[in-house]
Amino acid sequence: MLQAVKSANPGHGDEPWVGRSIERVEDAALLSGRGRFIDDLGVAPGTLHATILRSPHAHADILSIDAEAAKRLPGVAAVLTGADVKAVTTSLVVGVKAPVECWPIAMDRVRYVGEPVAVVVATDRARAEDAAELINVEYRPRGAVVDPLGAIAAGAPVLHDGFPGNLASDRSFRYGDPEKAFADAPHRFSIDIRYPRNSCTPIETYGVVASHDAGEDAYEVLANFQGPFSIHTVIARALKVPGNRLRLRTPPDSGGSFGVKQGVFPYIVLIAAAARITGRPVKWIEDRLEHLTASVSATNRATTLAAAVAADGKILALDWDQVEDCGAHLRAPEPATLYRMHGNLTGAYDISHVKVRNRVVVTNKTPTGLNRGFGGPQVYFALERLVHRIAIGLDLDPLDVIRRNLIGAGAFPYRTATGALLDSGNYQEAVARAVEQGRLAELKAKRDEARAEGRLYGIGFTAVVEPSVSNMGYITTVLTAAERRKAGPKNGAQATATVGLDPVGSVTVHVASVPQGQGHRTVLSQVVADVFGLEPKDIRVNTEIDTAKDAWSIASGNYASRFAAAVAGTAKIAAERVADRVARIAASQLNVEAADIVFAKGFVASKHNPENRIAFSRVAALSHWSPGSLPDDAGQTIRETAFWTPPELTPPDDDDRINSSLCHGFIFDFCGVEIDPTTLETRIDRYVTMHDCGTILHPGMVNGQIRGGFAQALGAALLEEYGYAEDGSFLTGTLADYLLPTTTEVPEPEIFHMETPSPFTPLGAKGVGEGNCMSTPVCLANAVADALGVADITLPLVPARLAELVRGAEPPPPAGAAVAPVREGDRRLRGEGQATVKGAPEQVWAMLLDPATLQSVIPGCQRVDKVTDRHFRADVTLGIGPVTGRYRADVELFDLDPPRAVTLRGGATGALGFGSAEGRITLAPDGNGGTKLTYSYDASIGGKVASIGGRLLDGATRVIIGQFFTALARKAGGGGAEGGGFSLFALLAKMASLFGGRR
Amino acid sequence: MTRLKADRRHAVRFSLNGKPVEAEAEPRMLLSDFLRHQLGATGTHVGCEHGVCGACTVVVDGMLTRSCLTLAAQVDGCELKTVEGIAPSADRLGVLQQAFRRNHALQCGFCTAGILMSLDHYLGKNPNPTEAEIRDLLSGHICRCTGYTPIIQAALDAAAELTSKKETSDA
Repeated sequence: MLQAVKSANPGHGDEPWVGRSIERVEDAALLSGRGRFIDDLGVAPGTLHATILRSPHAHADILSIDAEAAKRLPGVAAVLTGADVKAVTTSLVVGVKAPVECWPIAMDRVRYVGEPVAVVVATDRARAEDAAELINVEYRPRGAVVDPLGAIAAGAPVLHDGFPGNLASDRSFRYGDPEKAFADAPHRFSIDIRYPRNSCTPIETYGVVASHDAGEDAYEVLANFQGPFSIHTVIARALKVPGNRLRLRTPPDSGGSFGVKQGVFPYIVLIAAAARITGRPVKWIEDRLEHLTASVSATNRATTLAAAVAADGKILALDWDQVEDCGAHLRAPEPATLYRMHGNLTGAYDISHVKVRNRVVVTNKTPTGLNRGFGGPQVYFALERLVHRIAIGLDLDPLDVIRRNLIGAGAFPYRTATGALLDSGNYQEAVARAVEQGRLAELKAKRDEARAEGRLYGIGFTAVVEPSVSNMGYITTVLTAAERRKAGPKNGAQATATVGLDPVGSVTVHVASVPQGQGHRTVLSQVVADVFGLEPKDIRVNTEIDTAKDAWSIASGNYASRFAAAVAGTAKIAAERVADRVARIAASQLNVEAADIVFAKGFVASKHNPENRIAFSRVAALSHWSPGSLPDDAGQTIRETAFWTPPELTPPDDDDRINSSLCHGFIFDFCGVEIDPTTLETRIDRYVTMHDCGTILHPGMVNGQIRGGFAQALGAALLEEYGYAEDGSFLTGTLADYLLPTTTEVPEPEIFHMETPSPFTPLGAKGVGEGNCMSTPVCLANAVADALGVADITLPLVPARLAELVRGAEPPPPAGAAVAPVREGDRRLRGEGQATVKGAPEQVWAMLLDPATLQSVIPGCQRVDKVTDRHFRADVTLGIGPVTGRYRADVELFDLDPPRAVTLRGGATGALGFGSAEGRITLAPDGNGGTKLTYSYDASIGGKVASIGGRLLDGATRVIIGQFFTALARKAGGGGAEGGGFSLFALLAKMASLFGGRR
Repeated sequence: MTRLKADRRHAVRFSLNGKPVEAEAEPRMLLSDFLRHQLGATGTHVGCEHGVCGACTVVVDGMLTRSCLTLAAQVDGCELKTVEGIAPSADRLGVLQQAFRRNHALQCGFCTAGILMSLDHYLGKNPNPTEAEIRDLLSGHICRCTGYTPIIQAALDAAAELTSKKETSDA
């Protein structure tokens, strides 16, 4: 199953360490339970713990927050609301020019489910959570909008006055002469895409420990933040301190990130503010519900892409219309997801004319941020689906259309129409090798055979350029050239590395690369060992970052696949500078020219006379012990910090051409999938992925990145979507609702490599970690489209969605079993039923309006108060599965027709959510002296219960209604409830309650 | 059975990796939090707090157990094994751990403790597993880094090595 990689070969002398799959230095501790993740580290005595109360509403005004009871709870140090945070911070910067604020906590309005509303700080987490439940927030709901196109439609609820029509940015671009190309072309193809929301969901959640020194007004923060450290400036600004008063450190280990832990930064501001207000260190560890609901996600995007195409399939021009959904706030560095790929909108193809319209919109969903693939999946899904559609439209082989459009092997470095400078590659060769080594012919034969048997089998292809090492200036493409001139230049991508030699001559390396499991320490030990002629075990690498002491810049961090291309190369440069000086010192000791010096096997020696040598450690230590005896030109060898930024990363030019990334790997994928005709489950038969990521530093880790990216992409393609109801309720708050791939879904991809070194990076390496997140979702979609013979495919490819494609919409149920239709993402609860109760309608009517009776028959009811004759309030405790909570219900009566009918309308709120319901009850004599009650209800719920208990609600509702009727019947003196249950009040109260809380 | 008071801390005693341990816990404290924060056994990680991801898996009285779905008070008097207990000594890795390192079966290492516990427990009872059996076993664990196949390879490697060692020592 696993393919062999070039295996480690320790002990053999002269072969470089770089390029070998040595065992990782990180692993022994991680395998023994000795990792040092943020929640594994101790905190200062007296550290307080925070919990965050979050909005159950997608869009609402906060009318009041009553935290008095919470503050009185023993152990509670403080309850912070928006106003408290505002007093010590300022708004986070927003990535576009607009009069809009972006706070880490709601000020007077919530705009997404999960938005922080209050922070409770207490002596321990459990007490903080107890207190959070006692906070009473009064909301006035507003209309919500979750669809990006709906958000910019006329009449949509507006989230921010500074973004009229919810439009944060609208830019149009034109490269070449697209209008003419479209006018002249014989064919035009177009595709509409909805790319879903998903997230790479690291298994370790966010964590922050913050403290504040009031004397110096300085913050110290430990967080599993991943960069980019441009965000350090955003945090410092929000905390109203200069950068040197925000010391940001990272823990030694981080449990995965995939971009997502960039999104911890608003919480850094929040927890730092809590530390300042309480005067004590404060720690916060995010829980899984918080992470799924409110951490950060990739953007969803609505795209229309059109191509002007020649008869032979050659693409002459592209016309992009992208509507990017960044959620409720445009948080830094958004709208970067949209612009990261700007130089690469023509993919792997030679296309001269491009038109682009980019709109960025806000919706009532969680704000977006970094996520593996960052903009690539959205772009390539449209482009590579379109290429398949062109092939079908022209009756060509998709692979032929890909080949016809690939950039020529002799064209590198190649400038794309939109400005990227593709560094190197030979795409034709890569495709040819993949077709042969990956046995495409065999796969095609298999498809033919399967289809002959009537099975659903398809093949998909994708060709993708994988950008890496982001230009710090690409995001300014969202500004006009005039705005950019005003703002000042932004470009480059500073990488940094420090190499030090200690007094016994051992080597230490430090980089600002902030890995989350990628094995940077191991690879750097290989790179530096090669420079000094040592072994990796002789090199100790530290990848923690401390902004108060270390060399770093805004580009520092672990994102945009920059490690191998930028950071590892910079470490090589730093080591070479030190080695150059060590060589001069050794030359004077050995009486040879510096040019004659070679580093090998722990010695510094003369090339011509290898016996003339001196131990590396001995020369290396001289700067410490005997600086006076060093040659004058040698300088010190104690420590060298190198900075490296590629000159190719220039700012956008006046025509908006942008070299958005430094390196461009190439990926060509194809796969065979089979779809079960009964269950419509997609099974990957074989997946082939060819990569050219330049020079490979560690084959095992490169393949590890490819497999990991592939598995996440498989999840994005087949399983994962952050679900929202139309009212903005978040529906996928557990890992039982947001399904991730497991061992039973993920096959081993067949990985092939080609190495075309990048001429722009010190080691010739390019990024590799994100490519399959870009190529695999669309490759699988192309295969499924091929298998089913359908034109439109939307991710994720869950069986229910494929069933609609293949069989059409679900037919209505047979007559007589009328049930209200349930739409996808619909969390409304509807039902109707009947019950028979002893006693005449007049008697039952009186019972239904009597608080004491109601209190005794409503399940879990503590009390019922009659506010007016037509207005009741009730406190009820209700449990759904493991989720039990207290709710306060308000019910009003309308359309009273005593004793025949009444309409009830009301709502309930509690710590776990809210709900509203309307019900109509009619009473009629049953002919036996009793009363026949007929009822119908329509309820909707939101908040935590909608996120985590959605699957249980319908059943639970029926049970509760049944309990109400049984109790009512008993109270009335016999009889029984039929048909499940009714209630009106109970219904409302209960239902309303359903949505509520737990504990 | 002793009735615990909700607002009190109660002593919880058990055997952790062969050594007696004792600390106090409120009745509502989870075993995962107890291990990590009261006993300092931070090798067991918490990923989802609702029993899906498997990162917190430990062995209680010979049974695989999600420590995030177990109360500390429930394991009073039990025998527990966690990831800290599977290496032969602090500076040596066991066969399974070595196989993980050799096969690059971990990246960030956060989910790894739970996976090691499931495999350690399973291989002890099923020395010759098939790939399908390992996939089935590990379907209760989520790893976001590796794509799983190196983990499965490591498990099969370890099983083969353990079997051959056993045969050698039996001979």
